[in-house]
Amino acid sequence: MMSAAPRTLFEKVWQRHEVVPESASAPAILYVDLHLIHEVTSPQAFALLRERGLPVWRPRRTLATMDHSTPTETAQVFGGAPIAIEAAAQQVRELERNCAEFGVELLPLAHAERGIVHVIGPELGLSQPGSTIVCGDSHTSTHGAVGALAFGIGTTEVAHVLASQCLLQRKPRTLALTVTGKLAEGVGAKDLILYVIGQIGVGGGTGHVIEYRGPVIEGLDMESRMTVCNMSIEAGARAGMIAPDETTYAYLAGRPRAPRGAAWERALEAWRELPSDPGARFDRTVQVHAGLIEPMITYGTHPGMVMPIGGRVPERGDAAFARALDYMGLAPGQPLKDHPVDVVFIGSCTNARLSDLRSAARLLRGRRIARGLRMLVVPGSQQVKRAAESEGLDAVFREAGAEWRESGCSMCLGMNGDLVGRGQYSVSTSNRNFEGRQGSGARTLLASPLTAAACALTGRVTDPRELLGGAP
Amino acid sequence: MRPLQRLRSRTVVLPDGNIDTDRIIPARFLTTTERSGLGAHLFADWRYAPDGRERADFPLNRPEARDCAVLVAGPNFGCGSSREHAPWALLDFGFRAVVSTAIADIFRSNSLKNGLLPLIVPESEGAWLLAHPGAEVDIDIATRILTLPDGTRVPFPLEPFAQHCLLEGLDELGYLLARRGAVEAYERAR
Repeated sequence: MMSAAPRTLFEKVWQRHEVVPESASAPAILYVDLHLIHEVTSPQAFALLRERGLPVWRPRRTLATMDHSTPTETAQVFGGAPIAIEAAAQQVRELERNCAEFGVELLPLAHAERGIVHVIGPELGLSQPGSTIVCGDSHTSTHGAVGALAFGIGTTEVAHVLASQCLLQRKPRTLALTVTGKLAEGVGAKDLILYVIGQIGVGGGTGHVIEYRGPVIEGLDMESRMTVCNMSIEAGARAGMIAPDETTYAYLAGRPRAPRGAAWERALEAWRELPSDPGARFDRTVQVHAGLIEPMITYGTHPGMVMPIGGRVPERGDAAFARALDYMGLAPGQPLKDHPVDVVFIGSCTNARLSDLRSAARLLRGRRIARGLRMLVVPGSQQVKRAAESEGLDAVFREAGAEWRESGCSMCLGMNGDLVGRGQYSVSTSNRNFEGRQGSGARTLLASPLTAAACALTGRVTDPRELLGGAP
Repeated sequence: MRPLQRLRSRTVVLPDGNIDTDRIIPARFLTTTERSGLGAHLFADWRYAPDGRERADFPLNRPEARDCAVLVAGPNFGCGSSREHAPWALLDFGFRAVVSTAIADIFRSNSLKNGLLPLIVPESEGAWLLAHPGAEVDIDIATRILTLPDGTRVPFPLEPFAQHCLLEGLDELGYLLARRGAVEAYERAR
């Protein structure tokens, strides 16, 4: 028997989905197992199908939901009041019409399983190890946490997948990112990935698929792994992946759309073959020591402008850096600690799962947020919302003075009217601190749910370890 | 897709690195269900003051920028979201090429699918172009050569399939549809 060369997790998934391998003159034709669509990046794709008179070729491989521009106020979600933003209402209606006409399953606005597309995929058991998953959204990298090859695509490619279930792709390079040591108390997956982006830079992963590995990654629960893979795109990477293991299988077992019975056993057997072989070669390797990581916070206008929460804003000569600090209203050498905060947002596909809400509630329980501060808690899905309510987390947030909303992308990108005001400081558990991301002139400080909760309590940038009772 | 074979234009320069897609087209303009008309909102929060007036000092607002088809930008242009509205907005404004030393993956892919050329230049030429706004450049897609005003010829990488599609004005969908037989065979064999 021929002994095959050792392969990485990525190579195994890639090769299994090559309909036609790449050549010098043409990219590979890559098969897509699961296509997720939403209201913002799909209308023009359906329009293209209509123009060409094409059907959706494999409608059962596409699932639609609504999350980006949808309201988070209960009455607007459940029909008690019209959607306040007419253009958003129009997108919702158009997705309903497109799904009905083309035979695509839709989880509509009032559906009990609706939510942020990258929260519901794993939650429903649709995102599975070894599969290829695409969506017209860059944070599709989230699904790599289950050992899938998952990446964001543009609207033209959404049309390609709808019409052919395939994409034309050049094979990306691989980057092994190994995390050793141990995360300290009060330091979580969000701090880890912010630290990684600070190390390799916002363009550091361009052209690569990152495989996160090593003892710290193996020790993370599934939701933490999703937080890590989610922000792969913030390092410019095409995708992030983590080898499936017992944690993955335990998470997926029994989920409504995961395989069952004999099919589960067969799937499990195939999934166990997926982890990178010993000796598999990566194009690049990066090592990170978890023990060096503290609670992290961003101070600038991209996620690579990040530092330990107790640090000082660095000095750098270039004009763009100075302009970014000017936008943020910060100066080089200034500490961020104790800086006033106007808004705290707990939500987004990065940090709006049950464990994130528990983490925030841990600090908020029995306390009140600072006077004058606005805190918005937006669960990642309607299922997360119900699970949180069943353990009383909604009461914790409400009694602390926070707003408890229906699920959606909300203030992460402010398409639905959940906005941060001009000049205001927002400590946000989302993924992007770009200029204007949370509203024109809004100043975003990215942090973990634990740090965000600490900041909400004091109204200032606060090291959560001070409130946990441990030494900072 | 409109074919692109050769481009001769002066450049507009935005020297910042990491110009993200939220900067190119802020999310509040993504509520459209059309592809057209986004040029008016290109770089909206940069180009217009809060009262809606154009900022005179923003490079795209200068009269000499109005008919430029080549945008030169700092590294990692187009990072961030997958919104194809970013290349749609650039094209609608009149750009046909973006030149940088590094361009983000999804933006690059989206641009090629719409006839906007993402053009990667080496550090030294990138630095020269950033320092010389308004330089007249010639871009030849067939030979993959960018020519600077002094005649310096700068070869640039372009994936051969994408190059073919740009030159002919073809989109990839026809190519994929013609291979659905192979896809069906793949599905049966799994």
